[in-house]
Amino acid sequence: MDKRNFLYLFYGLSLAWGLVAAYLFVLMQRSRKLRAELDRVKRMVGDQ
Amino acid sequence: MSTMSTRQKLVYGLGATGTLLLIWNLYRVLLVLPDEMQQGAIYRIIYFHVPAAFVGWTLFLAALVASALYLWNKNLALDGFAASAIEVGWVFCSINLVTGMIWARIIWGIWWTWDPRLTSMFICWLLYGGYLVLRGAIDDAGQRATVSAVLAIFAFADVPIVFMAIRWWRTQHPSPVLETGGLAPEMRLPFWLNVFVFLLIGLAITLLRLDQEDTKRELEGLRRHAHAHAI
Repeated sequence: MDKRNFLYLFYGLSLAWGLVAAYLFVLMQRSRKLRAELDRVKRMVGDQ
Repeated sequence: MSTMSTRQKLVYGLGATGTLLLIWNLYRVLLVLPDEMQQGAIYRIIYFHVPAAFVGWTLFLAALVASALYLWNKNLALDGFAASAIEVGWVFCSINLVTGMIWARIIWGIWWTWDPRLTSMFICWLLYGGYLVLRGAIDDAGQRATVSAVLAIFAFADVPIVFMAIRWWRTQHPSPVLETGGLAPEMRLPFWLNVFVFLLIGLAITLLRLDQEDTKRELEGLRRHAHAHAI
């Protein structure tokens, strides 16, 4: 491959997939919190 | 023992297929395809920059349809789908903008210019970003869904403008290379394969995000139930 501008291509691809990875990480964290909250509210409703 | 739902199976299936195809296509794009004479390695960013825009627009279109249907039948599941599609579409829209800026830095010598294509895409990014901020600011589920649906329909008006900008105006951004045969034949298959792969991955992430909307609705229902019993 032509090495001209290869560094910028590397930055572009890293940023693109980095954004997807960061978003997936945020999604996972959010899912974990939501499930924990759902369990807590279910227990609370069950107690009433 | 917990079993996988059909949606989860679909997410894993789409994700796995997309990843395998992506690895094979990355190998072709980075190591097999010939270089572009004037741009060097950087031209390969087209295989990510354009598919990201296509996925963003497709998801915004899906959100438009879901939002219009929501206003018609008030089914909150449709609102959840629209919100999921817009959030994922917005991420792909960001990828399009960021990769475009890097490409512009090499080809034009500048990171950004207020050209009709770039400006309309930036407005698109702001509109849908506003949609996501607005959703977080309204507590009542019905009101949030109605206001969001109206905004999703209004925001989509910008998408055809972004798409047509390079046809309607003389812009710094290149004119459409896909329609005018500007892309060499050997570069077309990997390009369209990457569009397909991005669509698979975008759909898988949207379905993953949709799970959260379902959980949120269940949570809101339980909270209402708990509140009513407490009173």
